Amino acid sequence: MSQLRYENVLLARDAEGLFWMARYLERVENMARLIDVTQSFESPGFETDAWFGLIRINADEENFTKRGFSADATHVKRFYLLDRGNPTSIPANLEDARTNARTLRPLMSTEMWRQINVFQRFVSHITPEDLEGDALSRLCTQLKDGVQAHTGITEGTLYRDQGWYFYELGRLLERADQTTRMLDIKYTALLPRDGEEKRVADLTQWNAVLRAGAAYHAFKRQARASFSGEDVVQFLLRDPSSPRSALLCIRRAESHLDDLRRIYGLSRAGEAIEVAEYLRELLIEKPVSHILAIGLHDYLDVVQIHIQKLAGAIGRAFFRDWRPEEPEALQSQSQTQGPAEVVA
Amino acid sequence: MNDIFNKTWPDYDPGRYFCELTRHRADAGPVPGQLIERLGRIGLDVLRARARAAETELIDLGVTFTVYSDATAIDRILPFDCIPRVLTSREWALLERACIQRVAALNAFLGDIYGPGHIVKDGIIPAELVFGNSNYRPEMKDFPVPHGTYVHVCGIDIIRDEYGDFRVLEDNARTPSGVSYVIENRHLMLRTFPDLMAGIKLRPVDDYGRRLREAMTDIAPGGSDDPQVVLLSPGIYNSAYFEHVFLAREMGVPLVVGSDLVVENDRVYMRTISGLRQVHTIYRRLNDDFLDPEVFRPESALGVPGLIRAWKKGNVAIANAVGTGVADDKAVYAYMPRIIKYYLGEEALIQNVETHICREKEGLDFTLANLDKLVTKPVGESGGYGITVGPRASKEELDASRAAIVADPANWISQPMIGLSVAPTLCEDGVGPRHLDLRPFIITGKESWVLPGGLTRVAMKKGSLIVNSSQGGGSKDTWVLADDFQEGGAL
Repeated sequence: MSQLRYENVLLARDAEGLFWMARYLERVENMARLIDVTQSFESPGFETDAWFGLIRINADEENFTKRGFSADATHVKRFYLLDRGNPTSIPANLEDARTNARTLRPLMSTEMWRQINVFQRFVSHITPEDLEGDALSRLCTQLKDGVQAHTGITEGTLYRDQGWYFYELGRLLERADQTTRMLDIKYTALLPRDGEEKRVADLTQWNAVLRAGAAYHAFKRQARASFSGEDVVQFLLRDPSSPRSALLCIRRAESHLDDLRRIYGLSRAGEAIEVAEYLRELLIEKPVSHILAIGLHDYLDVVQIHIQKLAGAIGRAFFRDWRPEEPEALQSQSQTQGPAEVVA
Repeated sequence: MNDIFNKTWPDYDPGRYFCELTRHRADAGPVPGQLIERLGRIGLDVLRARARAAETELIDLGVTFTVYSDATAIDRILPFDCIPRVLTSREWALLERACIQRVAALNAFLGDIYGPGHIVKDGIIPAELVFGNSNYRPEMKDFPVPHGTYVHVCGIDIIRDEYGDFRVLEDNARTPSGVSYVIENRHLMLRTFPDLMAGIKLRPVDDYGRRLREAMTDIAPGGSDDPQVVLLSPGIYNSAYFEHVFLAREMGVPLVVGSDLVVENDRVYMRTISGLRQVHTIYRRLNDDFLDPEVFRPESALGVPGLIRAWKKGNVAIANAVGTGVADDKAVYAYMPRIIKYYLGEEALIQNVETHICREKEGLDFTLANLDKLVTKPVGESGGYGITVGPRASKEELDASRAAIVADPANWISQPMIGLSVAPTLCEDGVGPRHLDLRPFIITGKESWVLPGGLTRVAMKKGSLIVNSSQGGGSKDTWVLADDFQEGGAL
């Protein structure tokens, strides 16, 4: 094929590793954002509610109780920042990212590898004291910095062949997923309020949601002086320029898949492209007022299911030894072929 | 030079051992003196600070091997000593020729014992040592390998005795490791101690990856001028995984694990995002036993079912070949000087450590008469089991050893205790002599090439003769001087 720039081999296992390394790191950043925002904007008297919101965003209720934690601020913080046995914790996600990085080491730049090594060591040394008082916010900044340093080094050094596309796809899908989860929980938590006093309190909360999505200042530039929750939902879901909006993430994913098909002749991207197209339509077809009227939660559920479907379609097309008969569908929320599989 | 040396390290005393830096060697020219002078000028404190920085860098870069104990895995760095070991160009010329000679003999031997078996018929080596050897692979019988090369990558452990003579201690003809440290150590030295190296011409070490890839291309089955080479690793839990990554990168080939490969129609393919793609040469870092569950250990999940079938059909090359373990065995080692002579008609350029073979009357008599001076080793065992160190053994231990040897002489060899050479090494209490060895690496496709220098392993503990990384050994950068000062008249 004339459009093939060069023949370049990418192992299916490595494509999956890149996809997941990016997802795990994106989860670390999102978690750090959520913790930071929860800390900065916790309403006096409602601390426990605010912190337990994190547990709900991650659908971790069962795991949280099973691991012997109880619903208070300190326990939630420890669950996500110290508990390596909790697979959704920051140390666990980073350990998973590094394990993938080890398998991917032949494809990564030395700078990427060094940074993730040093970052992982930093995170493994977080102590309970780091979660106290003003130290927590500093810690969150360091965690965000760590992932952003990774992202920057990757942007500047990772060779942009097919592998880079899978890395990007992982990051974009995870980000879209996280944005919808956060919106879902925060919006639902805010709904049953009325009256002017509540509205002001709500505005504070909406600001927190925007900050968590790195969208606060951009939103302020775009929004009317007196904005509503509807505007925030609109912005986080479908602003065409906000780097964490679901729409922007899905559009970019769609464009990457198209590149894989066009530039690298990977015709099997077709199914995933179809899911991405559907998802994009889903995000823009109805006005937000309509979505809110029929129920944001149900709507976001459908969006999340399709993000999972998209990850599944990418997995079926590229991450396995594909044959005419397909194995069962890929679970999008966990890595199918962990590196642990190769242990003797 | 002695002046500089005495002034710099007044307490340094190598005793009766050969010191690789301070012993006078005409062909080393001014380099040892320069080196000592520069080390003196840098001073102990700065040396220590830089050594610490260098180790931190190794940790940051994940240049580690993994030590497993109980349920925990710890990433450790190979301790790095910043005082290099210097080989002169003449010493290296000898080492290089000796290594090539040794590999040529190993390959000839393997071709013979998996072929006509002349060496056994001619009575040079007992049949049961070869065919009864647990590392002999009957699957290899009458299966010719490209260019007659079985041992594509060989690491030969060489020591230096009290007189400064080199001796081969062991051949590693299966999947020798350590080469990545040779190259990483050099890079580390260049970054951390540029002032130590300034103006000293060294043989470079960074050609290894290209040479290895070339050899892998040499042996690929015909029909492709750009064959697909892969490195087969047991995966991230293998203690040498860092090295596997390093070599895959240096060669520019994919690092695969067993599950990435699949055999169809007796051809080997790897699973890529665009489907199956044929593989022509596999540089494997997996032991014979694990390669193919259809032929060897059926429970191995690390290997590739059908791999040996594809190999025997000539559709894929495997390096090192299966069955090389019979050639680097302790019992066969003792016969290496005779093996070299038999196939090449030459004396070994570097001798074995003097070895008495107790299955032969002369060796047995000598061993029994000198038990208290010798190290006795059972040939069938590995990992140091059953070894008696005569000079350090009690009377009871010597009696037990005597009884064991008399009961089954064929199972025993004996060797004198060798005083390994030493080199100045940065220790807690300054610079002291520490024992070391050398492992040069030889790559063979159509022909052999030796990486200049090799891995110098150093026993970091005072007086210890054990250089193994698993037992606290470290490593040094190994310098091969590019100039021959005796010839070039640079002095």
